[in-house]
Amino acid sequence: MVSAVFHSPDAANEGHAPVGKPKAAAAMQTAASRPARAPFDWRGLFLKVIPPVAGIAGLIAIWALVTMKSNTFPTPAATLKEAIVMFSDPFYSKGPNDQGIGWNILFSLQRVAMGFGLAALVGIPLGFMIGRFVFLDRMFSPLISLLRPVSPLAWLPIGLLVFKAANPAAIWTIFICSIWPMIINTAVGVQRVPADYLNVARVLNLSEWKVITKILFPAVLPYMLTGVRLSVGTAWLVIVAAEMLTGGVGIGFWVWDEWNNLNVTHILIAIFVIGIVGLLLEWALVSIAKRFTYDDV
Amino acid sequence: MKDFIQVQNAEMVFNTKKGRFHALREINLTVAKGEFVTLIGHSGCGKSTLLYLIAGLTLPTGGGLICDNREIAAPGPERAVVFQNHSLLPWLTCEENVHLAVERVFGAIESGARLKARSRAALDLVNMGHAASKRPHEISGGMKQRVGIARALAMEPKVLLMDEPFGALDALTRAHLQDELLKIVARTYSTVVMVTHDVDEAVLLSDRIVMMTNGPAATIGEILSIELERPRNRVELAEDSRYVRHRKQVLEFLYTRHGHVEKAA
Repeated sequence: MVSAVFHSPDAANEGHAPVGKPKAAAAMQTAASRPARAPFDWRGLFLKVIPPVAGIAGLIAIWALVTMKSNTFPTPAATLKEAIVMFSDPFYSKGPNDQGIGWNILFSLQRVAMGFGLAALVGIPLGFMIGRFVFLDRMFSPLISLLRPVSPLAWLPIGLLVFKAANPAAIWTIFICSIWPMIINTAVGVQRVPADYLNVARVLNLSEWKVITKILFPAVLPYMLTGVRLSVGTAWLVIVAAEMLTGGVGIGFWVWDEWNNLNVTHILIAIFVIGIVGLLLEWALVSIAKRFTYDDV
Repeated sequence: MKDFIQVQNAEMVFNTKKGRFHALREINLTVAKGEFVTLIGHSGCGKSTLLYLIAGLTLPTGGGLICDNREIAAPGPERAVVFQNHSLLPWLTCEENVHLAVERVFGAIESGARLKARSRAALDLVNMGHAASKRPHEISGGMKQRVGIARALAMEPKVLLMDEPFGALDALTRAHLQDELLKIVARTYSTVVMVTHDVDEAVLLSDRIVMMTNGPAATIGEILSIELERPRNRVELAEDSRYVRHRKQVLEFLYTRHGHVEKAA
C-alpha cells in the first residue's frame, strides 16, 4: 500500500471504477436506464454485468465446494442465514462485550474518522509547506522515508504509553499511518503545479492569497484527494488490527472476540462487512475526486 | 514615445545541470509606443527567452531592460503575456479566467459591476462572449487562444507580449485570428511584441521584424522595417511586390544566411 502512494491523479481518474462491486453497481445502473433506448445493447450489458457476477459466483462456488464436508468451516448458505439474523437487529446492546454489528461498525468508523481527520488537519498543510519550500522538503524527506515504512502496530505501544488508554492509542495509530500518503501526495501535487499557471500568476501579479485559492489549491486538489483516498484505505486496514489489540467496541475487536468464541461464521461475516465498508469509503472518495478533477487543457 | 521599451546589452546565461548555456548575447532593441514588433528565428534561438526578459519572468544576467522609463525587475500586469499554450486555468470559466486579471488590475478602483462589464467587453472583443460561462476544455484550441488574448487585453496593458500565440492552431484558424488581432491592435493602439516562426505571419502583422541568429549565444541579426500601409488585407497583399520582397528578405535571412548548417558550427 505504500508503493501506491505515488499514484498520480490521472491514474486515479482512469481507474475510477474500483475493482468489484461498484463496477457491478454502475453496470446495473446503466442497465436500468438503458431499456428506454432502442436497440438494446445486450452485448454491452453482457460484458459489464457477467464478469463481476461470474467472479463473485465463482468465489462462492469454490467456498461451497470446499466446505461441503467440513464441520468446522461454515458453508455459504449457513453464513448468509446467520448474516440475515445478525443484520435484522444490528443495533442491540447487551453490555460492553455484546453489541450489534451496527454499533461495532460505527465505533470503528468513528475511530477512523478521528484519526484520519487529525491526520488530514496536520498532513495536508504540512504537505503544502513541504511542496512550496525546498528547505522543508529536504528537512522532512529523511524523516518521512524513515517513518513511513514502519508497521502500523509498532506505533500502538507508543500510543498506549503516552495516552494511557486504549481508545486514544487506536486513534493515534490511525493518525500516524494515514498521515504519510496525504503529506506526500499534497507535496508532490504542489511541486507539479504547471509552471504556466504560476507564470500566469506572476504576470497578473496575484496576491499570495489569490495564488493559493485560485491556482495552487485547485491544481493540487486532485493529488490531495488521491492522498486522502489512500489514507482512508490505510486507516480502515489498520483499525481492524489495532482494535484486535486494544479491545472495546469495534469491528476488529469483534472479529477477535468471535475467534475466542470459535464462531467462524461471524468472522466470515465480519470479513465481508470490512470489505464492503472499505469499498464504500473508497467509492465515496473516488466520486468526490472525480467532481474536483479538471482536464488539463 | 520612441523608446518605449529599451533592451540594452542584454545577456542571458542559464546555469543548467549540463553546465552554463549562453542563450542571448548583446541584445539591443528599442520598441516605440504603438509599434508591432515580431521576433523571428529558428527554434532554440532564444526568441522566447527575449520575450520572457521583456515580460520580467526571467531576469537578464547582464545588461538591462526598461519599459516606460522604469527598469523591468519583475513581471507585472502592464506587460501582459499571451502564452503559447494559452495557460487558461481549467477550473475557471472563460469569464472567470478573464475576471481574475481584471480584478487584479482594476479591483481596487472600480465597482464589481464595472469589473464584470470589463470582463464581458474583453470577451466580446475577441468574439467569445457566447462562451463566457464555458470551461476551457469545452472550447476549441483557437477559442482558448482568443480567451487568452482577451485576458491579456482586459488588463489594458502598456505592452502585449505574445509567445507564438497561434503556433498550435491550424492554418485557417490562424489566419482568422491574425486578422482579428490586426483589427484589435488597430482599435486599441497596443504596443505588441510577438514571437513567431511563421514568415507570413511576421510580414503581415509587423511594423518591424527582428530576425535572430541561431543559438547558442544568439543575437539580433537584422531588423527589417515593413513598409506596408494599414489596414492590411492578406488577399491583396499576396500579390503586392513589397510584401513578396519582404517575405523573401526574411526567408533569405533564415534559410540562406542562418540556415540550420550554422547551428552545428
